[in-house]
Amino acid sequence: MLSYILRRLLGVIPVMLVVGVFVFSLLYLAPGDPAAIIAGDNATEENIARIRANLGLDRPFLVQFFDWGGSVLQGDLGVSMFSGIPVIELVRQRMEATISLTVTTLLVAVVLAVTLGVLAAWRAGSLLDRAVMGVAVTGFSVPVFVVGYILVYYLSMKLRWFPVQGYRPIADGLWDWARHLVLPSLALGLAYVALIARITRTSMLEVLSEDYIRTARAKGVATAPLLLWHALRNAAVPIVTVIGIGIALLISGVVITETVFNIPGVGRLVVDAITRRDYPIIQGVMIIFAGVYVLINLAIDITYCFIDPRIRYT
Amino acid sequence: MTLSAILPAVRRYPTIAIGGVLLAFVALAALLAPWIAGDPIGFEPINRLKPPSEAFLLGTDSLGRDVYARLVYGARISLLVGLTVALIAVVSGALIGLIAGYFPRVDAVIMRVMDGIMAIPAILLAIALVALMGSSVLVVIIAISIPEVPRVCRLVRSVVLSVRNLPFVEAARSNGTRVPKLLRRHILPSTVAPLIVQATYICASAILTEAGLSFLGAGTPPEIPTWGNMIASSRLFLMLAPWTVFAPGICLALVVLAVNLLGDGLRDRLDPRISRRM
Repeated sequence: MLSYILRRLLGVIPVMLVVGVFVFSLLYLAPGDPAAIIAGDNATEENIARIRANLGLDRPFLVQFFDWGGSVLQGDLGVSMFSGIPVIELVRQRMEATISLTVTTLLVAVVLAVTLGVLAAWRAGSLLDRAVMGVAVTGFSVPVFVVGYILVYYLSMKLRWFPVQGYRPIADGLWDWARHLVLPSLALGLAYVALIARITRTSMLEVLSEDYIRTARAKGVATAPLLLWHALRNAAVPIVTVIGIGIALLISGVVITETVFNIPGVGRLVVDAITRRDYPIIQGVMIIFAGVYVLINLAIDITYCFIDPRIRYT
Repeated sequence: MTLSAILPAVRRYPTIAIGGVLLAFVALAALLAPWIAGDPIGFEPINRLKPPSEAFLLGTDSLGRDVYARLVYGARISLLVGLTVALIAVVSGALIGLIAGYFPRVDAVIMRVMDGIMAIPAILLAIALVALMGSSVLVVIIAISIPEVPRVCRLVRSVVLSVRNLPFVEAARSNGTRVPKLLRRHILPSTVAPLIVQATYICASAILTEAGLSFLGAGTPPEIPTWGNMIASSRLFLMLAPWTVFAPGICLALVVLAVNLLGDGLRDRLDPRISRRM
C-alpha cells in the first residue's frame, strides 16, 4: 500500500509538468513584447534588445520555462500587468469567498446526491426513482447562469427571501455569510448533484442485486443499515471517483457563479482579467485550480485503500 | 413511413424520439432564420425593453433589439459550435487514442499529456486561448475542442486495449495486414458505438461551454447574437424585463436537454455496457 501511495504521489509530477508547459506557453506566445512596452514609444532597437536581455527574454524556451517553473514552485506566480500586485497576493485576498462557496456546495451536494441516489436505487422504477432521474437529466442540461438567474428572479426579487448578490466574509457573522451563499451554492451544485446522484444509483443497483445482500436481508438486517452499511460501502468506489472527477465541473462553475452573483472571488479575478488581457492572472489561477484538482484526485486515489480493502495495490 | 410504423419505435426509444424531434425543430429554425425571423442586430431605442407583443413575439432587449430574432439567429452559433466541436474532438481524440492503445511505447507519454490537459479546468483553458488568439467563432471552437480530446482518447484507448489481442485481430495481424489498415479495418469499428454516444455528450457540453464563454464575454464577438451574450447583455434588466434573460436561457436548457436525451437513448440502444463518462 505504501508503494502504491508513493507511486501515485510521483505520478503528480508529470501531470503538473504538462499543465506547466501549457500555461507557460500561454505567456510565451502572448502578443505584445514586454520589453518593448517597458522601453516606451521612443525606444531604439538596441534599447529594446538590452531590456530583453536584462529580463532574460532572449534565452531559449526551455531555459525560460524551468526558470519560471522554479519560481512557481516557490509560490511566485508573477505580477499582475494591470495593477502591479503579485498574483499570489490577489488570489489570497479573494480566496475566502471562493473556498466558502465551493466547500459548502461540495458538502451539501455530496450528502444530498448520495441520499437521492440511494433512495432511487432502493425504490428502482418507482415514482421517486423517476423523479430523481428526471432531476438528474435536467440538472445536467441547465447552465449554471440560467439556474442562477431563475433563482435570483423568484427567490430574491419576487419573494425577497435571499440577497440578490454579493458576499459577506465569515468574520462579519455566520448568519449573513450563510444567507449570501444559499443561492450561489444551489446554482453551482445542481449539475454536480445530478452527476453524483446518477452514478450512486447505478452503482447501488449493481450492488443490491448481489447474493450477499439477499443473505443479509434474509438474516433480518433492517433496511437502513442494509442500504448504508452493507450496500453503500461496497458501491462507494465509483461514487468517490466521480466526486473527484466532478471537481472540474465545480471549478468551471465557480467562475460563472461568481459572475452571476457578483462574488469577489478567484473566479471573478480571472473574468476581470480577460478584458484587460492580464495574462499572469489567468496563468496563475489556471495553475492553482489545476493543482487543486490534481491534489483532490490524489487524495481520493489514496482513500481507495481505506474504503475498499478488496483492491490490491501491487 | 406511416404513422403505425413510427409509433412503436417512439414508444421503444422515447428519449431518442423526444431529443431528435426537438433538435430537428431547432436546427430547422436555425437554417430558416432569414425567412422566419426579422433583423437580429438593428436596434430601435424607442422600443427598449418592450414586453412580448404581436410586433415582437418575445419582446425587445435593453437596446430595443428583437429578442425572438436574436434567439433564432443565436441557435445557429450553438448548433454550429456543438456539432463542430463534437466532430473535431472525436476525430482527433480517436486518432490519438488508437495510437496510444496500439503502441505501448508512446502510450505512457500520450496519456500523461492527456491527464495534464484534463487537469486544467475547461473553461479557463478556453478563456486563456480566446484571450491569446482573439475572439472569433473558429477560436472558440478550437478552444472548446482541446479539453474534450482527452475524454475521447481515453475511451478509444480502453476499447483498443480490450480488442487488440482478440483472435480476429491476431488473425489479421498474422495475415500480414499493415498497421494502418489493421487499425482502420479491424480495430476502429469496435469504437464506433461508444464514440457516437460520446459525441452527443461532447456536443451538449460544448453548447454549454460556448454559452458560458459568451456569457463571460470571452466568446464570439459581441456583434454576433448568441444565447450566452444575450443573457450577459440583459442580466442587469432581469427585474424589469425577465423575458430577455429567460427566453435564451430556456432555449439553451432545452437544446442541451434534447442532446443529452438523444445521447442517453443512443447509449441504451447501441451499447448498454458503457455508462456515462465525464
